[in-house]
Amino acid sequence: MARRHDGTADGRLRTLGEGGRAYGLIAWMWVRSTLAYRTSFALMTLGNFASSALDFVALLLMFSRVHALGGFALPEVAFLYGTCSLSLGLADLAVGNAERLGARIRDGTLDTLLLRPAPVYAQIAADRFALRRLGRTSQGLLVLLWSTGRIEVDWTPGRILMVPLMVVCGAVIFGAVFTAGAAFQFWAQDAAELQNSLTYGGNALLQYPPTVFARDLIRGVTFIVPLAFVNWLPALWLLGRPYPLGLPPWTAFLGPAVAALMVAGAALAWRHGVRAYRSTGS
Amino acid sequence: MDGVAAEPLIELDSVEKVFTVRRRAGRLRRTRHEVRAVDGLTFQVPRGEMVGYIGPNGAGKSTTIKMLTGILVPSGGRLRVAGIDPSLQRARLARRIGVVFGQRTTLWWDLPLKDSYELVRRMYRVPAAVFRANLDRCIELLDLAPLLDVPVRQLSLGQRMRGDITAALLHDPDVLYLDEPTIGLDVVSKAKVRSFLRETNAERGTTVLLTTHDLTDIEQLCHRVMVIDHGRLVFDGDLAGLRAAADGERTLVVDLAEELPPIEGVPGARTVKVEGPRQWLAFPAERSAAPLVTAIAARYPLVDLAVREPDIEALIAELYAGGGAARRDPGGADPAAPDPLRP
Repeated sequence: MARRHDGTADGRLRTLGEGGRAYGLIAWMWVRSTLAYRTSFALMTLGNFASSALDFVALLLMFSRVHALGGFALPEVAFLYGTCSLSLGLADLAVGNAERLGARIRDGTLDTLLLRPAPVYAQIAADRFALRRLGRTSQGLLVLLWSTGRIEVDWTPGRILMVPLMVVCGAVIFGAVFTAGAAFQFWAQDAAELQNSLTYGGNALLQYPPTVFARDLIRGVTFIVPLAFVNWLPALWLLGRPYPLGLPPWTAFLGPAVAALMVAGAALAWRHGVRAYRSTGS
Repeated sequence: MDGVAAEPLIELDSVEKVFTVRRRAGRLRRTRHEVRAVDGLTFQVPRGEMVGYIGPNGAGKSTTIKMLTGILVPSGGRLRVAGIDPSLQRARLARRIGVVFGQRTTLWWDLPLKDSYELVRRMYRVPAAVFRANLDRCIELLDLAPLLDVPVRQLSLGQRMRGDITAALLHDPDVLYLDEPTIGLDVVSKAKVRSFLRETNAERGTTVLLTTHDLTDIEQLCHRVMVIDHGRLVFDGDLAGLRAAADGERTLVVDLAEELPPIEGVPGARTVKVEGPRQWLAFPAERSAAPLVTAIAARYPLVDLAVREPDIEALIAELYAGGGAARRDPGGADPAAPDPLRP
């Protein structure tokens, strides 16, 4: 991440710019590498779309038997599904491959990234950048578009703006979890599963309304790992539903603040991880 | 090159690297051990020098290189490369150094070789003219022209090594670190790589620090050799001095026209092995083989001969056996290096 800068706002900005540039360069190399195997690329993208679409088919099947889930109708649940799928999809596309850090540490190839004049975080986030992940993203977007036309919301400009805002903040929150999980691998190289349970597992949770879950679980995803801010709280505000745990209404707007906090925490963890890196073998 | 040779390009002062290793002791208990991979290392390398950095496996060679490149943060001591503290300004240093890890490629596996160079150009922001000139030079000297459009995964080990060395030099680095640059290469590739490195050092004044297990690399490239063991510098001087310090022996292998009893009466050499018409003679490493050959050829039907160097492990084992403490090469090739040797 912004590992070395001169501390000034200008220096920070320059490091950020360098990182973005390196990210773009490396992502582009990976895209071209995958295009060396075109058929495989097409199949993987299709598979990525289909596997996340099956989630939604399961939801549809459930609603063929019941009319509501925890008091939520199909379009409302689809809205929850669409927002968190899209958020996770974007985060996964952008920085999801940071989870390969453990593998790179084990086989020693992280060293070669550390030799380039670019922030390591940008390089590891772009590592094996895979456009096939657009499969999940586009599927989430389709469900989201379908559901926004069907949920009963008085679409004021503020409420319309809330939809992209929550998707972006959700993506940043998931991205911070990916990053923190990757940073943790500097100490424990097999920790990818823990972070997967929070990202992909969290996604499976957020697809359903909070009313179907136990209070303790909701407490956990609100106060410990604040995934509830990805889509639950802003969506409840849009849908005019009561908040879980008796939370005040303004918590629906905490998304950007929570995302910023998560990014700060993940950045700190990453910086410590890089300092603690001990490399392997010869 | 600014021509100021007096100022050292690489400076280490009492550099240490300590790893904490946890080991299983019993079912649940774990014990912590401290491993001093690098233990008070002090040396300097002036600009334009070509130095061999050798030692047995696990001696701390790679750890040193990783600290010099900013990959690892030293536990103690002071370290500067081109005036930069590597671990604090890793990215800035990266523009001044080139690194080749023999067993790890930086090239892009599925893309044509030239695409990896294009990435270097953009990532290091190499001016187009400089890039073109450097690449053309490498293409010519390392015979890369037919390989540029080949995906890296299809290159042989030797071809890939030439490709990697090129990638490390495109941005005009002041220092080139080579970690086992000739490991696993065939004779032709080795020779090509060595002559290229020699020319690069001579023409461009690039400072080169190379680790190797192959004494021939040192012999053909380096005026100065540093030996590290258990994280300490145990020798710093030229190769002849190392041989003398280690009481090392070289071996003269002679093929005679017929099977004969062991060769006798050659001063300074003793026959150590006979196998049919082939005989092995050991002689002090610092002595020339020429008088031996003359003496043998005068009295025996000599068909063919070869001189074998002691390998680095044997040399270092000798270094310890012959006196226990490290010695400095008496006629040191580099009197400028002021660092004392540590016992």
